Amino acid sequence: MVKQVRIALRNCGRINPESIEDYINVRGYEALVSCLFEKKPEDVIKIVTDSGLRGRGGGGFPTGLKWQAAAKENSDEKFVICNADEGDPGAFMDRAVLEGDPFSVLEAMAIAGYSIGSNKGIIYIRAEYPLAIERLKTAIEKATEYGFLGKNILGSNFSFDIELKYGAGAFVCGEETALIKSIEGKRGEPVVKPPYPAQKGLWGKPTIVNNVETFANICPIILNGAEWFRKIGTQKSPGTKVFALAGKINKVGLIEIPMGTTLREVIYDIGGGIKNNKEFKAVQTGGPSGGCITKENLDTPIDYDNLLAIGSMMGSGGMIVMDEDDCMVNFAKFFLEFTIDESCGKCTPCRVGNKRLHELLQEITSGKADEKIIPKIEMLCNTIKKASLCGLGQTSPNPVLSTLKYFRNEYEEHIKDKKCRSRVCKALLRYQIIPEKCNGCTRCARNCPVQCISGKPKEVHVINQDECIKCGVCYTNCKFDAIIVS
Amino acid sequence: MARVTINNMNVEVFKDSTILDAAREVDIYIPTLCHLDLESFNIEHRTGSCRVCMVEVEQNGKSRMMPACCTPVQEGMIIRTNTPDVIQTRRIVLELLLSDHPFDCLVCSKSLDCELQALAKQFGIEHLTYEGEMSKYPPDLSSRAIYRNLDKCIMCRRCETACSDIQTVKVLTGYKRGFMAVVAPAEMKPLADTNCVFCGQCVNVCPTGALTEINYIKKVWQAINDPKKKVIVQTAPAIRAAIGEEFGLNGEESVTGKMVAGLRRLGFDLVFDTNFGADLTIVEEANELVDRLKKKENLPILTSCCPGWVNFLEYQFSDLLHIPSSCKSPHQMLGAVAKTYYADKIGIKPEDLIVVSIMPCLAKKYESARPEFSRNGVPDVDYVLTTRELAKMFKEAGINIAKLKEEDFDNPLGESTGAADIFGVSGGVLEAALRTAYEIVTKKELKNVNFTEVRGLEGIKEATIDFDGIELKVAITSGLGNAKKILEKIRDGSSYYHAIEIMACPGGCINGGGQPYIHGDTSVLEKRMRRIYSEDEKKTLRKSHENPYIQKLYKEFLGEPGSHKAHEILHTHYYKKQEK
Repeated sequence: MVKQVRIALRNCGRINPESIEDYINVRGYEALVSCLFEKKPEDVIKIVTDSGLRGRGGGGFPTGLKWQAAAKENSDEKFVICNADEGDPGAFMDRAVLEGDPFSVLEAMAIAGYSIGSNKGIIYIRAEYPLAIERLKTAIEKATEYGFLGKNILGSNFSFDIELKYGAGAFVCGEETALIKSIEGKRGEPVVKPPYPAQKGLWGKPTIVNNVETFANICPIILNGAEWFRKIGTQKSPGTKVFALAGKINKVGLIEIPMGTTLREVIYDIGGGIKNNKEFKAVQTGGPSGGCITKENLDTPIDYDNLLAIGSMMGSGGMIVMDEDDCMVNFAKFFLEFTIDESCGKCTPCRVGNKRLHELLQEITSGKADEKIIPKIEMLCNTIKKASLCGLGQTSPNPVLSTLKYFRNEYEEHIKDKKCRSRVCKALLRYQIIPEKCNGCTRCARNCPVQCISGKPKEVHVINQDECIKCGVCYTNCKFDAIIVS
Repeated sequence: MARVTINNMNVEVFKDSTILDAAREVDIYIPTLCHLDLESFNIEHRTGSCRVCMVEVEQNGKSRMMPACCTPVQEGMIIRTNTPDVIQTRRIVLELLLSDHPFDCLVCSKSLDCELQALAKQFGIEHLTYEGEMSKYPPDLSSRAIYRNLDKCIMCRRCETACSDIQTVKVLTGYKRGFMAVVAPAEMKPLADTNCVFCGQCVNVCPTGALTEINYIKKVWQAINDPKKKVIVQTAPAIRAAIGEEFGLNGEESVTGKMVAGLRRLGFDLVFDTNFGADLTIVEEANELVDRLKKKENLPILTSCCPGWVNFLEYQFSDLLHIPSSCKSPHQMLGAVAKTYYADKIGIKPEDLIVVSIMPCLAKKYESARPEFSRNGVPDVDYVLTTRELAKMFKEAGINIAKLKEEDFDNPLGESTGAADIFGVSGGVLEAALRTAYEIVTKKELKNVNFTEVRGLEGIKEATIDFDGIELKVAITSGLGNAKKILEKIRDGSSYYHAIEIMACPGGCINGGGQPYIHGDTSVLEKRMRRIYSEDEKKTLRKSHENPYIQKLYKEFLGEPGSHKAHEILHTHYYKKQEK
């Protein structure tokens, strides 16, 4: 049994999130105090850099480098932004941290502010998280009251304020440049980098944008040192990662595991295996931007680089498990629908390309595609990846590309044999009556909404395939198991 | 400086240059679509959204595609602009754009002026690899000026930059997301219900047929062919500076006479000159200026011949409605004089007289329909056509003005001075007013009429003019964003000017929303400017008040400048406007 290691989630469920005393009791604000009074800003950045902590929002950019870049800039004003615009379907890691341990994020933001020379923090949080917002408000109030936020924190000459900004639910606003536009009151749309936010961010000032979980790792790193953190996880991806396990798995929910844990351990040891003893088919990591991982890669140690190498990505930590009943073409189509809904529409490849890609998948799942479609899909996917403006577009074809890579045979079955082995793609289904089992009870014919089943009472019935709308009403109504789906 | 390699050529460029700039240094062409560089105005629109200008960039051993228009060069970059991969990527991107664009090029008003069409031809695209559903929106014909057909919007966002950043009107912005994303007023309000000033700068920069003018050609043909009507046409000073471009006349020679000949061949009964209205405007406005200077009130006086700017004032600076000159714009003055003085003179009922104005402008289409610009239900100006529409009429009628012999305008409303010609360019109205005001104030002859300090395409110009010992402080702005800066100064009391000329379009009417498309090449505007000043120089009379027909008009009809009659016919009021 693999043990979970709780760093980001260390206090979640263990302390009263509304009590600053509780937080202080678990070494809360010790890290900030040690930074303010014992360390120079560059020392703090050095610890974070040495720890090897990488951005937990998905990109995996080294946090220390980001801070360094912003610290280097000369500016009258700088900003620390906490990205709490968690939007991956099924993911709720950040929410858990904010609801369960809000002070740890506030403390880490103040440390970041001290390090880069900023006096202003902003938490960009989605409005759909009312409890997290409530708790953050309470925490900011209490931290200010206790002198951990505000003017001259704990008598030092460092001042830091934190303000909440609410996201209106656009997935793309999780992209840092779009997030900044949104805070500025503009349309939430990514802009071309460079310049990076660390040079020109919010209101044109140097800005760091870090994810909630990244901030949740900061205080333990300051307290225990970079070496301690490096001992956990893998060499290139130290520390732990929180995942939201979902899908066809027995135990769903949040887990925090050291980097380097294998998927097999996650699914079978921690997640308790596949529901109803079905066969494992694949797991999608990285949400709509990620790809699927198959049986062959179950023993790959999870870290940023390994996941990229097998065609997926870490993302913010969504993990959706699929079993034999899931159709991979339909699955890719599902994620693409999400991307199409959430694309901001700024650049051509993402705006039009993903729409066309979805239409091509639709052709496949409705049985209208021919063999030329796969190269067409691949060419389009590659163009969207290469030519899109932001991370959303650049990764949007991943679910299609990775399913094409690992489940090409399923695509081919859909295209050539007009067959969906998981019986998910309705248009490809064929309802048939087995003459031997049909006793002519007429129940199917009476219930068929398009009256495409013919047959006299007590005689074998027949389904007219040209008119059948594959609704399955006959199948569920037959009491003699005389109807099969293929 | 930064050294980079483009297609194996070494290039050294300034550090803040983009890859596109660097490529141009070595004559390497990279296709662009959303990018727009209005060099003369120092305005560059580079959102990097169309992704047509993708190039391969190798840096630190890693290679990836970047948009050339907005990626700054960095020391040591290895750039490749024509690998098979680059070309295929661009091509697919363009095909994707085309797959969501109506294929009605044959009947599109932008055909042959469309940058998307031109790229498709350049890329040799003859069929689409990807096809599917198209995004659809109902067209917006709510205003009299601008036609919006969002099915043709390619999200280049140039119009948004023009409207929000350059003009600070801020009507156009991104609407909806993903596949349905287009640029539109907030909540997809019809343009007529927004605070759009109809300057048409959005139309000027739109690469496709998504934004065009509302076309009145058919109505004008009907009027010309109506035997009961006498149809007058008048052309603004900026038309003669640009219409030649539509007929391959790109030099600096004057096409005024050819244009007049063409207008006569179209069947207009009388070809008058808006320049006459401009001279009249100056006589009235210079008197107004002198009067205000004497009384030291309502200063600075602001020019009022630009209807786009007047709309902007009425929406955004309605607390300053008392300071612009109350003069109507020149074509409205001419329309009003034609339907009173002239109609009377030739014994025709005003309702049987049709006035068609050829304007470089879309706001004039709106202006001509303002209720205060009509008498007993008869509008002073019936139809406004743009330079582009006039060119279409010429072409439709088989008239190539390049081949025509020069002819003169009709009298009495066709005679003008050089002061009127320069109305078409930023600084011109003020210069014309100075030429007249100088002589009124100093009672001396102005020897050198060229106030060169007020000329040029800069957005804000300032000058101090010596009126024989009296210092007159003037400012000239073009582009509403620049106007806003000056107006804010007036509002907070920090302005010290006596007179300010304001034009809505950057550079003035030579860059109006109805002019032939320049496709981002602002050197065309500089040529138009030179044509205008050479028209002025060729004239014997260069001060408006010396126009003999203007003098005659006052003698026979108006009395004195600023008289009661003059006010009734030539002046107007402004109203506070609010977005609906």
